[in-house]
Amino acid sequence: MSTISEVHAEHDDHHHAPRGLMRWVLTTNHKDIGSMYLWFAFAMFITGGAMAMVIRAELFQPGLQLVEPNFFNQMTTMHGLIMVFGAVMPAFTGLANWLIPMMIGAPDMALPRMNNWSFWILPFAFTMLLASLFMEGGGPNFGWTFYAPLSTTYSPDSTALFVFSVHIMGISSIMGAINVIVTIMNLRAPGMTYMKLPLFVWTWFITAFLLIAVMPVLAGAVTMVLTDKYFGTSFFDAAGGGDPVLFQHIFWFFGHPEVYIMILPSFGIISAIVPAFSRKKLFGYSSMVYATASIAGLSFVVWAHHMFTTGMPVQAELFFMYATMLISVPTGVKVFNWVATMWKGSISFETPMLFAIAFIVLFTIGGFSGLMLAITPVDFQYHDTYFVVAHFHYVLVTGAIFSIMAAAYYWLPKWTGKMYDEGLGRLHFWCSLVSVNVLFFPMHFLGLGGMPRRIPDYALQFADVNAIVSIGGFAFGLSQFIFLYMVIKCIRSGEPAPAKPWEGAEGLEWDNLPSPAPYHSFTTPPEIK
Amino acid sequence: MSFNLRPGVTSISEQVYGLHMTIFYICCAIGALVFGAMFWAIFHHRKSKGAVPAQFHESTKVEIIWTVIPFVILIGMAIPATKTLLAMEDPSDADLTIQVTGSQWKWHYKYFDQELEYYSVLASDWGEVNGKLSKRANYLLEVDRPLVLPVGKKVRFLMTSEDVIHSWWVPDFAVKKDANPGFINEAWTIIDKPGIYRGQCAELCGKDHGFMPIVVIAKPQAEYDAWLAEEEAAYQAKQAQELALVAMTMEQDELMSLGEKVYEKSCAACHQVNGEGLPGVFPGLKASPIAVGDVSKHIDVVVNGVPGTAMQAFGKQLGLKELAAVITYERNAWGNDTGDLVQAKDVVAVQNAAQ
Repeated sequence: MSTISEVHAEHDDHHHAPRGLMRWVLTTNHKDIGSMYLWFAFAMFITGGAMAMVIRAELFQPGLQLVEPNFFNQMTTMHGLIMVFGAVMPAFTGLANWLIPMMIGAPDMALPRMNNWSFWILPFAFTMLLASLFMEGGGPNFGWTFYAPLSTTYSPDSTALFVFSVHIMGISSIMGAINVIVTIMNLRAPGMTYMKLPLFVWTWFITAFLLIAVMPVLAGAVTMVLTDKYFGTSFFDAAGGGDPVLFQHIFWFFGHPEVYIMILPSFGIISAIVPAFSRKKLFGYSSMVYATASIAGLSFVVWAHHMFTTGMPVQAELFFMYATMLISVPTGVKVFNWVATMWKGSISFETPMLFAIAFIVLFTIGGFSGLMLAITPVDFQYHDTYFVVAHFHYVLVTGAIFSIMAAAYYWLPKWTGKMYDEGLGRLHFWCSLVSVNVLFFPMHFLGLGGMPRRIPDYALQFADVNAIVSIGGFAFGLSQFIFLYMVIKCIRSGEPAPAKPWEGAEGLEWDNLPSPAPYHSFTTPPEIK
Repeated sequence: MSFNLRPGVTSISEQVYGLHMTIFYICCAIGALVFGAMFWAIFHHRKSKGAVPAQFHESTKVEIIWTVIPFVILIGMAIPATKTLLAMEDPSDADLTIQVTGSQWKWHYKYFDQELEYYSVLASDWGEVNGKLSKRANYLLEVDRPLVLPVGKKVRFLMTSEDVIHSWWVPDFAVKKDANPGFINEAWTIIDKPGIYRGQCAELCGKDHGFMPIVVIAKPQAEYDAWLAEEEAAYQAKQAQELALVAMTMEQDELMSLGEKVYEKSCAACHQVNGEGLPGVFPGLKASPIAVGDVSKHIDVVVNGVPGTAMQAFGKQLGLKELAAVITYERNAWGNDTGDLVQAKDVVAVQNAAQ
């Protein structure tokens, strides 16, 4: 290992990169860009989280205390948009940037200058989106799904800013996805066949195709909203020959694959961490790959399960119900494989593994409520209630975000060359685990009891449960600062990390690179046997 | 509060509840198995206990089994779900049809084949919302005029909307259907038990989305018939009264005091009590060109609305007297001292011109 590290140190000497601020502005290095994506995602996570706190504070008790209903709607809209496009997606792109080249034995991403662009346009998109809150009439207030005609005829003037910022986010995502695909197809080290790719690489490979397929659909949808609102078209206006339900078909044709874009890379992360801390190879590698691909394929034919109440022919409802139920089969295979990986392993419980185990349990609970939602006749009752809010927060917070946390702990030694504080990691985990369940689990009851989502005020019967949910929300929000402190402490004063700090970890990044990974890794491709 | 879905009061809602519980139990059983195996492994196969990792990492047989078994379970779920869905989506042979029209933020009910239609709006006081009054038991779930339906009859609902998408939802009937502008959706119910059933709009429809409740009173047929006869008579009397109003002239005091009440009920949600509106969202009326300009233009806007904007047509929602009063109020409140008094006949003149 020491020889590897010396060779790399020599390479780094030849590097004439700008220093200071310009290093970051002009960088084409996948590690710099990966770090910037991750920091940006964390900043957005805190911003979107602050908006969620406004929502939870208003809902702490019945009546309107803190904000006007119109501002409440702006908060729910911005919270959704920021968490989806600003936190979860950029965090995964950051992980892809950091890890894919190191995992496949590549020197960098295939298109480094495009990589720089795809990151740097993001801060502008979100500045524009956030600035819209300060416009007369306020920011977007029509939900992150911006159903027409609320988002066209009845929307505030800031809708144009919203549309343009979504365009930029979409361009950024597509560029990131192209980069991932080209990197994986062209820069694999000799001997790294497709069926030897680490699962994180596989899941991102499939995710990237989903992104390229559906982001243009979103771009189309927002453009149609833009022209309906400002240029007199009538795509979604019945009076002009359009159809508001058409909007929902277009939106969810993007939106359903989008939810898998936000979960497939998680599957890859968990498939790396569970074997490492079970000290056992991942069970059923090839069925994991096929399951991921089938989930991605099915994600294109289930979009209308978000729209059962819009009024569809019963045959369509049946088709979308059956197709949606089918997704639980490959998802189940993945969960069973993770459990089989742990079975008869030699399990230890460092923070990444704690998050991974919590992921499996809580994501599965989210999967169960997803299966319940798939049953069309019952979906009529669940639809647009807090039951749905509980469902998608289980898959997105305790699913996607917990896996991102797990990944951060797992690879932090490789990124920084330092060990994080295990005590702080565990504290962060337990605080997050308890609070996130206090936050989201009672939402199931609110939904079943009949509380619609996106209401700023509610009937008295929901008061106690809402108070508990809000307390969970504040606790979860505060817990994330432990994570921030842990990362800063790790960077500044962590113990030096060995090249392979985890006994059971497997992969090129652990076996062939020192910690921290050198600025340029794999200038000569490693041999894969 | 109920922590579970309610079985409701229709055979469909009971089937839906049964499906919900069946699938919930299946999920619990699968969860117990999967999490049980996992926690067994966590407990017994942990490193600190000296567990030595096994070497197996695939088994085609096992992987096929856990693809096929879930598939079979899904088929078991799909069969009852399909039956219920087919029953739910059959609105044929209805005894009674009600047209439900959503608009920001009220429901309009029209009884087909009867001389009856009316609006139904939130009855909770805004003082209760902002904490100035104590909240009543059915806070946010009460309306001024509930929908009244007969028990044991197949009622067909036709849903539509005048502006954005709303969704008409009464959990006890297991009926939730979107009201899409420009299109008509169908739903139906047969209510088994008399009673008062409450629901809410379930689709984000703008800032007062949380203030759009639905109340349905189900009455036995005889009581329903009596109610209907009374309402129809009252409806006709009101139409006659409206005609008589045209010949009358009202005083300023009367117009202003009635106008203020109507304004607070029907206009203040958007234009605000102080007439200043919400900048960038809803225009203010204070010193606005419409409220201090040409009277007939002002009447036209209130009566016919402004197509393509959030300004609804109030011509049908309010009576002639209320229209005259609220327009007078808007032209003379908050320093809009036009001195104009609008009478019922002025409103009728604009209505006739539009036709």
